[in-house]
Amino acid sequence: MPLDVASIRADFPILSRDVRGVPLIYLDSGATSQKPSVVLDAERHFYETSNAAVHRGAHALAEEATDAYESARSVIAGFIGASPNEIVFTKNATEAINLVAYAFSNASAKHHHGHEVDSRFVLGPGDNIVVTEMEHHANLIPWQELCAKTGAELRWFGITEDGRLDLETDPIDQNTKLVAVVHQSNILGTINPIKELMRRAHLNGALGLVDMCQSVPHMPIDVHATGADFAMWSGHKMLGPTGIGILWGKHELLNSMPPFLTGGSMIEMVNMDHSTYAEAPARLEAGVPMVAQAVGLATAVKYLEAIGMENVERHERELTEHLLERLRRLPGVKIIGPDSIIDRGSAVSFTVDGIHPHDVGHIMDSQGVAVRVGHHCAWPVCRRFDIAATTRISPYLYNDIADIDAAVDSIVKAQEFFGVVPEVAG
Amino acid sequence: MSDDLYQEIILDHYKNPRGVATIENPLANSFQVNPTCGDEVTVWVGKDSQGRLQIAYQGQGCSISQASSSVMSELLTGKTPEEAAKIQTAFLELMQSKGLLTPDEEVLEDAVAFAGVSRYPARIKCALISWMALTDAQIKSGLTSESISLDRKE
Repeated sequence: MPLDVASIRADFPILSRDVRGVPLIYLDSGATSQKPSVVLDAERHFYETSNAAVHRGAHALAEEATDAYESARSVIAGFIGASPNEIVFTKNATEAINLVAYAFSNASAKHHHGHEVDSRFVLGPGDNIVVTEMEHHANLIPWQELCAKTGAELRWFGITEDGRLDLETDPIDQNTKLVAVVHQSNILGTINPIKELMRRAHLNGALGLVDMCQSVPHMPIDVHATGADFAMWSGHKMLGPTGIGILWGKHELLNSMPPFLTGGSMIEMVNMDHSTYAEAPARLEAGVPMVAQAVGLATAVKYLEAIGMENVERHERELTEHLLERLRRLPGVKIIGPDSIIDRGSAVSFTVDGIHPHDVGHIMDSQGVAVRVGHHCAWPVCRRFDIAATTRISPYLYNDIADIDAAVDSIVKAQEFFGVVPEVAG
Repeated sequence: MSDDLYQEIILDHYKNPRGVATIENPLANSFQVNPTCGDEVTVWVGKDSQGRLQIAYQGQGCSISQASSSVMSELLTGKTPEEAAKIQTAFLELMQSKGLLTPDEEVLEDAVAFAGVSRYPARIKCALISWMALTDAQIKSGLTSESISLDRKE
């Protein structure tokens, strides 16, 4: 069913504002999405009616708040085909990845001191972790740090000229303990063959982690079907509030991991010299959690479910196909990443000959078009393609073809402004 | 279209950068990077026989950062560290002014063209990156002014 973009837009108050004296055309949803009124209302309603600290206290508000928080967990779990006890709330996706990285780090340190830990999380010299060259810094630097602390080796899949993973040169081997890969690249838009990568990980006895920040908001996901052991994404990229991210993990694994953050809420029994921990997910959620944000995110999930993720995906596909088609025909513009719709999402990066991306973004902004410029926290990708940065257009369900056309027209204006319109032969 | 930002002087310096790529006996250099966009600049400083500044730079970046390097090098080469410090302080003040300061053309010359940049928080770093590299290289080489501080807060 085609999306009724006009009526969707009406749900997002910010989309009707002007910027720099012209109507806003928001095409930076890969960085963060805008929020529908229902999400903002849900957070406000929670604070106005049921606010209390969850999982403690015996009063009515504490019960309601706990119920709101745990119901949110169920709604979010259902969205990706998971069980509620597989969902851990974190500050953001970055924290979720760090939670897993610190499980390895803490298990390795404890093992070193003679504590009994799950050997799947113990790393040392001779072991390796495999990532890809197209990771967001959030799924690269935690593993660099982990390797530096444990003596393990960091390896990666390279990128082909057309922006795909080079699967021929496979760094996974029997000593691989973890394969941590991005589902959809935030800079190239490439959708990676996750099932195949997870298969290779498991074949070698390694665990598999998938960064789903750019996939969960944009397509239907059955997280168990991906073959992953861990996945994570952020709330704010899928119409939800900032300050909340999700770690999904197999329950058995979540229960086997040394916790990242420790303190209140995550304990079972506490003595002065030692403690035992609660069952997952509580054991991984120390302190009073982000309840209002969970309520907001669950509302965003329901909003997306009402529209249908398959409809969102189809709509974005149409926009992306149109965008790719127009960019391909634009002289002086080079798409960085797959230039066809096959196995690619809606984040489209490009360079413009003779104009630095900062300047492209600035001229686009002067016409109301909000896009991202820079290395998109994926600096190694820029190095791979020998470019300083890119400009990225990333539409979402509230954009339409006219937005795409306005964005492409504003690129042409940037070329005119800087006097770099290429001469077209013939 | 963004006329307040992209002054003719800026576009001219961007397309026809002034300054030299190398100086003979640099006393120090400084490499600076803008981590939000990956832009890079290296600035070298040296002195001539009268102790006046010699400046060279190399980098890659947007029109604002490239033009700013060019203007800075043209403006400060041949100045004593004291004369340079006065200009450097004035430029930093201009960048921090949020568009509320009318720059002194006597002091800043072509650099007055960057007044509009101070209204765009995301671009101030672009304009300042080479000036920060110069300050760092001056400190390393000792080619700083005793009398005029580069930091307003002091």
